[in-house]
Amino acid sequence: MTTPRVGFTRAAATLMARDLRLALRRAGDTLQPLAFFVVVTTLFPLALDPQLSLLRDIAPAALWVGALLSSLLALDLLFREDAQDGALEQLALCGVPFQGLLLAKTAVHWLLTGLPLVLIAPLAVSTLGAPYAALPGILSALLLGTLALSLIGAIGAGLTMGLKRHGSLLALLVLPLAAPVLIFGARATALAIEGQPLAAPLYLLGAFAVLAATLAPWALAAAVRIGLE
Amino acid sequence: MTWVWFHRFGSPPHFYRLASRLTPWFAWPAGLLCLAGLIGGLVLAPPDYQQGDGFRIIYVHAPAAWLSLMVYVVMAVSAAIGLIWRMPVAQAVAASCAAIGASFTLVALVTGSLWGRRMWGTYWEWDPRLTSELLLLFLYLGYMGLRNAIDDLGRADRASAVLAIVGVVNVPIIHYSVVWWNSLHQAPSVMKFGRPSMPPSMLIPLLLMLAGFTAYFVALLLIRARGELLRRERTARWIADALC
Amino acid sequence: MNELTADNLQLWRGEQHVLRGVCLAVSLGECLQVTGANGAGKTTLLRALCGLVPLEEGRICWRGDDVAFDRLAFHDELNYLGHDNALKADLTAAENLRYAVALRRRVTSAQIAAALARTGVAEAERQPVRQLSAGQRRRVALARVLLGGGALWLLDEPGANLDAHGQQLLRELIAQHLQAGGLAVIATHHALDLPGAPLRSLTLQ
Repeated sequence: MTTPRVGFTRAAATLMARDLRLALRRAGDTLQPLAFFVVVTTLFPLALDPQLSLLRDIAPAALWVGALLSSLLALDLLFREDAQDGALEQLALCGVPFQGLLLAKTAVHWLLTGLPLVLIAPLAVSTLGAPYAALPGILSALLLGTLALSLIGAIGAGLTMGLKRHGSLLALLVLPLAAPVLIFGARATALAIEGQPLAAPLYLLGAFAVLAATLAPWALAAAVRIGLE
Repeated sequence: MTWVWFHRFGSPPHFYRLASRLTPWFAWPAGLLCLAGLIGGLVLAPPDYQQGDGFRIIYVHAPAAWLSLMVYVVMAVSAAIGLIWRMPVAQAVAASCAAIGASFTLVALVTGSLWGRRMWGTYWEWDPRLTSELLLLFLYLGYMGLRNAIDDLGRADRASAVLAIVGVVNVPIIHYSVVWWNSLHQAPSVMKFGRPSMPPSMLIPLLLMLAGFTAYFVALLLIRARGELLRRERTARWIADALC
Repeated sequence: MNELTADNLQLWRGEQHVLRGVCLAVSLGECLQVTGANGAGKTTLLRALCGLVPLEEGRICWRGDDVAFDRLAFHDELNYLGHDNALKADLTAAENLRYAVALRRRVTSAQIAAALARTGVAEAERQPVRQLSAGQRRRVALARVLLGGGALWLLDEPGANLDAHGQQLLRELIAQHLQAGGLAVIATHHALDLPGAPLRSLTLQ
């Protein structure tokens, strides 16, 4: 009965391994947000005059709106299924800090939705006509921005996880809170494209990501516990 | 000793009686202050040299905007107290604040838009204040939407309290990020009124309206909170005594 | 010496007073069966004991200490089986067990195979859970309880979906657990006859 118990890091690693394996098994579902992002960013040029200069102007906006919307699409899956089949309860009862496990789940979510955005940014950047020199700036902004979005979105997903008719409620909850990410991220991207120093918005974005990382553990655990009642 | 007072305040029948007694003390001054402010602002204050009589909408717009923010803070603090100390009165107060705050936000948006129409020629110009108010309205709507969507009252209280706390931390950030965003584009803002340069004849009615709106909010909150408490505690015994 | 005690548990669900001053005490080697009609609050009581549902009033003590002071230690010794099996439909039975148990205890593939054999679903080891019947899934969930360790078993209708053999298996597993020095609180519709173990019951109205 008393095999050695595991510590937090091992438990978190187990959880992340499980979620990654599930995501691989359901590759179709996992790739949807990514496909959505590609579609959205490539739709913008179609809706506009394909002159390169105009595309370059709206590239930051298109990139970030696409990132925001595709992140929202993926958030719903974060807790909903685990809540429905009882796996989330077991996480709350396994004797290691629940906050940490929820953050581990959010980290996997970011790996599956945020990181791919960062990785396909070069492709999006080229279709939107931005110069390659802008790439490092755009990548760092996307990195920080998608992290912040995953954290804030997770809070929203935790609050709405048990609701049946949640529909657009998740979007309504997350979008105002994510407005700073949109503002700073798009600004950083625009500056990168123009070749100007983008330290200011990047630092602000980083500060916001840090705030999200500080707030999220408490808010996530509180929201999910309430949803499990 | 403070804790005793705190917990007595949190008992529903006690709060109900206190609210009933205090309401006139806020309602009447609210009416008088607003009346005085309106007379001072609409009649007595001289027209602005730049904007003519159009600026007078500030006497409704500015207090409404200020209140919309203050009500959110009151809502979040009250929800936090309700969450931490498990006080149903605090949750009832938070629930009552939401619609009031959303209404103030709407008033600020509409008056701001009308003002903009006068000044810019269009109803919307992505002015930082207005954009910030719009995002605040979404925060209120999200709070009310979440409350509505959860059937169990206790869970609705607690979940929306978490949302309100997360929101209140973000409100200053959202506001300043919007101001920063707007400053980059140098759009003309009509909402700026430099404090030192505003003469007393303009400033005093503004402060009167602000005080009047605040008193109005408190009176309305007390009335709504009483109604909310009645609804939540309708099976409790103290209701029969209180209503007779 | 009572390992698990609960005093005056009060809980409201919305407007309903579900738990009204429930008290219980269970010691090592004992099994407490919680019975009552549908909706009487059996599931709620079990979840409140776990700490998943907050109580308005009342204290739960484990080994003499109030559970609220060190929840993680309490959870470490707790094994909960709810209405849902907590199995991921896309993973095989063995994978489910590995991931579920490894959150708490180290476990080897041999142990997993042995547990599945013990609960009579050895053939399901490499099958995705979505292909298993309800009874088989319940047995896999029981295997998880077996492997999870923990002195206190909180089982909510463990016999749901189990055939006669399965019910017998359940009785054996619980009896073995009690003999090994564990304790159990079980929510059930009809009383479980446990071979050689004292049967105590608490009925909720």
